[in-house]
Amino acid sequence: MSWYKRVKEGITTLTSEKKSVPDGLWHKCNRCKKTLLAEDHAKNQYVCPGCHYHDKIGSEEYFDILFGNDFEELFANIKPTDPLKFKDTKDYAKRLNESQNKSGLTDAMRVAVGNLTEEQKLVVACMDFGFIGGSMGSVVGEKIARAIDYARENRIPLMIVSKSGGARMMEAAFSLMQMAKTSAKLALLGKAGVPYISLLTDPTTGGVTASFAMLGDVNIAEPEALIGFAGPRVIKETIGRDLPKGFQSSEFLLEHGFIDFIVNRTELKSKLTQLVKLLMNK
Amino acid sequence: MTSFDFEKSIQELEEQLAEFEKSQEKGKIDLTDKIEEMKGKIQEEKVKVYSNLNGWQRVQISRHPERPYTLDYIENCFEDFIEFHGDRGVKDDKAMIGGLAKLNGQSVMVIGHQKGRNTKQRQYRNFGMPNPEGYRKALRLMKMAEKFGIPVVCLIDTPGASPGLEAEERGQGEAIARNLLEMSVLKVPIICIIIGEGASGGALGIGIGDRVMMMENTWYSVISPESCSSILWRSWEHKEKAAEALKLTANDMLGNKLIDGIISEPLGGAHQDTSVAYKLFKDALLQEFNAVQKLPIEILIEQRIQKFAEMGSFEE
Repeated sequence: MSWYKRVKEGITTLTSEKKSVPDGLWHKCNRCKKTLLAEDHAKNQYVCPGCHYHDKIGSEEYFDILFGNDFEELFANIKPTDPLKFKDTKDYAKRLNESQNKSGLTDAMRVAVGNLTEEQKLVVACMDFGFIGGSMGSVVGEKIARAIDYARENRIPLMIVSKSGGARMMEAAFSLMQMAKTSAKLALLGKAGVPYISLLTDPTTGGVTASFAMLGDVNIAEPEALIGFAGPRVIKETIGRDLPKGFQSSEFLLEHGFIDFIVNRTELKSKLTQLVKLLMNK
Repeated sequence: MTSFDFEKSIQELEEQLAEFEKSQEKGKIDLTDKIEEMKGKIQEEKVKVYSNLNGWQRVQISRHPERPYTLDYIENCFEDFIEFHGDRGVKDDKAMIGGLAKLNGQSVMVIGHQKGRNTKQRQYRNFGMPNPEGYRKALRLMKMAEKFGIPVVCLIDTPGASPGLEAEERGQGEAIARNLLEMSVLKVPIICIIIGEGASGGALGIGIGDRVMMMENTWYSVISPESCSSILWRSWEHKEKAAEALKLTANDMLGNKLIDGIISEPLGGAHQDTSVAYKLFKDALLQEFNAVQKLPIEILIEQRIQKFAEMGSFEE
């Protein structure tokens, strides 16, 4: 004998009668879990209007925020190879192929030149975290090097948007040397007196932090981004205790003197316009 | 002396040789022929073992506890060394040393990672892992060298830049990045030699030069084989596979045009015969110096930047 008797049937709605919500119509904030229309979220530059959580976005979104449709992509024909025939649990060549198919990108970096305002052009080199963790291999290094040369030759200010786990292991020492390559090119840009703004976004770590990301004439960051040299897990394992709250955040770096200011993504374009005007003495 | 698994066959022969020599000393039988024969065999075996070392075996030799460190090279290949301390900002980093010395009568600024030999020294030297102030001290000394037109020698031997709370607070990333930028346009010749371990940004932070040389039994890569194994295979056990995959030996690096040359070592590694190692090191260093000093500094800097700009592999 059972204690309770079911008086109502369970789910009675037929599958065919279900009201479905199309995928991607709603966006739920990663942090505060507030739900809003995906369209509104995009309009707010992928920043939660409630808690100001900055969702990770890629080059396409950054170019759109800064230039709208008014830009030209540069050096798009540079593609990665597998110089070391690297193989871990998967062949690197296969990994590249899969990442390209999944992301629609050729590698973790795109470069564009566009009009920030009617009078002011800007070269933007932007990393894509969606491509093997935004890791820096030969293509990322080469595109940055060419973006720097382009900015120097045309005397257009440069911004690099960093979003990367660091150097790409599958290109081993080739990746390591991209740190040297990009930094050497930045030295030449500096000598030419063309401004370089580094925008650090979540996350910026490893070899990217230890090269171009920290070398801006002006270093700026999105709020609450993870920025550091060693990853938090490595540091935690090394020191054998938990890390303090807010360690390696944008706010932590601002406090310790490594970035000039933090900018909310919704104000990025206006603040950048103001900054470039000041730097170019216009 | 610490020996490795792959040296076992040599060790066994050496033990036999010791037995023969002991009997010989006792004087009962004449074993001269046998001893000579055994010595020949040992030499043959050494050539066989040491001329076919794989990546992981080179990594092991590069970490041999008796391998010469920066201060050993300074003491044995340079004269009149005076060590300079501190970054003028925070403190003196013991994992990064530097100072002026004479190399065959010519003043040079020698800078290098420094490891310790016993537990106490290893801790004192932070295992050869510099903090930001180490990189900033190195840069201060390079700028001093530039001011007085003195060439720079950097000796690289580190398992990586120090990962820690204070390193992050004081900007480990910024310190390394700044050195990469400044070294690429420093107005004096720079020669970098990897004398042991060349791990990632921690090595590269003093690794931008007109000549970047690797000693024969060293490694240089973006990550240590152990960490690579732990990240890509999710376990520490694939370090040998990782060492192969990373192509981190001097031969691989030269083949990929990521370094400029290799400095030979005595058979089996620098620790096997340090006086030979010092001679080979010094001869190579002098030869490179003579070559770079012939060029005007503007050309040298242009070539330095161009060399690093050409590194990479891509299609277009």
